[in-house]
Amino acid sequence: MHSLSNFCLLLVVLLNFFTLGSARLGACIRAVAIQGGLLALLPILSHGITGHTLLLSGGALLLKGLFIPWLLLRAIREVRIRREVEPLIGYVPTLLLGALITAGTFIFADFLPLLAQHQDGLFIPTALATFFSGFLLLMTRRKAITQVLGYLMLENGIFIFGILLSDAMPLMVEAGVLLDLLVGVFVMGIVMNQINREFSTINTERLSALKD
Amino acid sequence: MLAALILFPLFFAALAFLLPWYQGRSWMLPLAGTLHLLLASFLVVGQSPVAAPGAWIGLDSLSKIVLLATSLLFCSCAFYAVDYLKLHRARGNKVMAPCLLIFLSAMTLAVVARHLGVLWMAVETTTLASAPLIYYNRNRLSIEATWKYLLICSVGIALAMFGILFIAYSALGGAGPATLQFDRLLAAAPSLASPWLHAGFVFLLVGFGTKMGLAPLHTWKPDAYGEAPAVVGALLAGGLTSVAFLAIVRGVQLMGAAGDLTMARHALLGMGLLSLLLAAVFMVRQPDIKRMLAYSSVEHMGILAIGVGIGGLATYGALLHLVNNALTKGCLFLSAGNIQRAFASKNLSEVRGAIAAVPVSGTLFLVGFLAITGSPPFGLFMSEFTILRGIFSGGHTAVGVAFLSLLAMIFIGMGATVLAATQGETTEKKVLFKDRFLLVAPPLVLILVVLLLGLYIPEPLRALLQNAANLLEGKS
Repeated sequence: MHSLSNFCLLLVVLLNFFTLGSARLGACIRAVAIQGGLLALLPILSHGITGHTLLLSGGALLLKGLFIPWLLLRAIREVRIRREVEPLIGYVPTLLLGALITAGTFIFADFLPLLAQHQDGLFIPTALATFFSGFLLLMTRRKAITQVLGYLMLENGIFIFGILLSDAMPLMVEAGVLLDLLVGVFVMGIVMNQINREFSTINTERLSALKD
Repeated sequence: MLAALILFPLFFAALAFLLPWYQGRSWMLPLAGTLHLLLASFLVVGQSPVAAPGAWIGLDSLSKIVLLATSLLFCSCAFYAVDYLKLHRARGNKVMAPCLLIFLSAMTLAVVARHLGVLWMAVETTTLASAPLIYYNRNRLSIEATWKYLLICSVGIALAMFGILFIAYSALGGAGPATLQFDRLLAAAPSLASPWLHAGFVFLLVGFGTKMGLAPLHTWKPDAYGEAPAVVGALLAGGLTSVAFLAIVRGVQLMGAAGDLTMARHALLGMGLLSLLLAAVFMVRQPDIKRMLAYSSVEHMGILAIGVGIGGLATYGALLHLVNNALTKGCLFLSAGNIQRAFASKNLSEVRGAIAAVPVSGTLFLVGFLAITGSPPFGLFMSEFTILRGIFSGGHTAVGVAFLSLLAMIFIGMGATVLAATQGETTEKKVLFKDRFLLVAPPLVLILVVLLLGLYIPEPLRALLQNAANLLEGKS
């Protein structure tokens, strides 16, 4: 079980890199969707099959793996985005930064006292690395939709950490967190549509009228 | 009872959404606001133990204070909103009214939460419910403000979630099952793994600090407050920031129980001073009266952080300040809204002589300015003075001097803008808007309460504040 969940987590990290380095928006969305699907496996792999883990996995698969990516793919079809991710800094520097962050989180996780059962797992560094990769994506891309994607990835990181603590997190709270994510992406989608209507682009660099 | 306080605004929200009658929808707001205020006061005064140990929601002295302040603020804003919405009929209230009510419900839940997960959920819901409110004006500027608000606050709150998870992890190694229930965490605090707890607190501070608008995480604030309608600005600046502050205070309580109060205090003190500094810098020559109010909000969040950061007497002062700030911000935003409507602008290049144009609103704005900068005899004078006494009696002379000089700088900077806007001949020949009862009575009531708090603090309130300060200090 352990090696299997570690393998999943490794794939999650690779998907982070893929998303950071990819120029195609559609591919990025699919990568984050696959990541969401992988996350859905983790509760079952690490805690076994119980009602709690089944619901959690099902929720994650439906929302993170299927529904939200579908919404985003539909959105890019509707606003007809062609070329594509438009980074503020190039792909190679982003990838390098991502690699640095990932290495940093592995070192950071080593400094924190881990419980015996989490010693050889990759949960904590992967969670942090995914979180900060999402952060990086959010900061370095111009398109509103890529920023939403970064937000999703960042939430994925939190989800990974949350799996370690599913004893402490009641199902209702977890469901609430997932619901907040869904509503959040929904509201962001609506705002994105308005941005597109108002500016005829979803390039957030246009959003720069307000400043001191 | 407590659950009813959270659920009935949701019911009213559904009602407001379904009601086909415009005026009726607007009136749902004051109806719910009044009911909320009555119920909240009843719960706060009632001595009965409201929460079972281990429950997910409950009232302690800290949440009672924030609950009272936000409830009173919402109630006033709700009455103001009726006429406000009447004047903006073209934009409709089908989104505004339900979102305001959901916002009220989420704020209440965040205030009474005894479970860190529930607290987080509620605060995130406030972000989502208030985003459509900021977008009310439907123009390019408001969309920009909404996008920034949504993204910055969501990401900030995500950091807070990490903090909460870290805290849960710190409990994992200790005795007993891992939990996020706040009372259990407090009881288990001495056995929490301190590296995780420290990291958790830092994440919590950064996350909820974003929501609260502590510098340097305040960047969404001037935009959102500047572009949002007056009612929403008042609720964000007075209500939401107080709620976010309460969330940070929960972290401080936990650190106190674990015996790490010093670290928490230093962090708060640093961010508080930075907030004052940045507010002072951006307040000088600020031509936009609403953005000026936003920086004033950054300033007062800084004062709250400093108060708790110093501890002792200053904690009591900070809690009193929270109430005063919430109510005064309400008065300022609501009267600024009226001024903006009279001049069809919120920029000093066009707003001149507001007192001549809209006498009541202009005067209220001027009085509100005097109150917010801590002039006697308003409540904020008392609370800022108490914090200052706490600073000097604690031997933090350097902090005290910095605090005073920054306050003076802010007074001068803010005064220049406010006086220019309110005094003198009005530039507007044909005034578009006259003071109306429902648009000036709510800010008037708020400022009167602040005045009252400066002259006399009722004994029950004093006891409540003292209890809350003791709770925060770890003395029970």
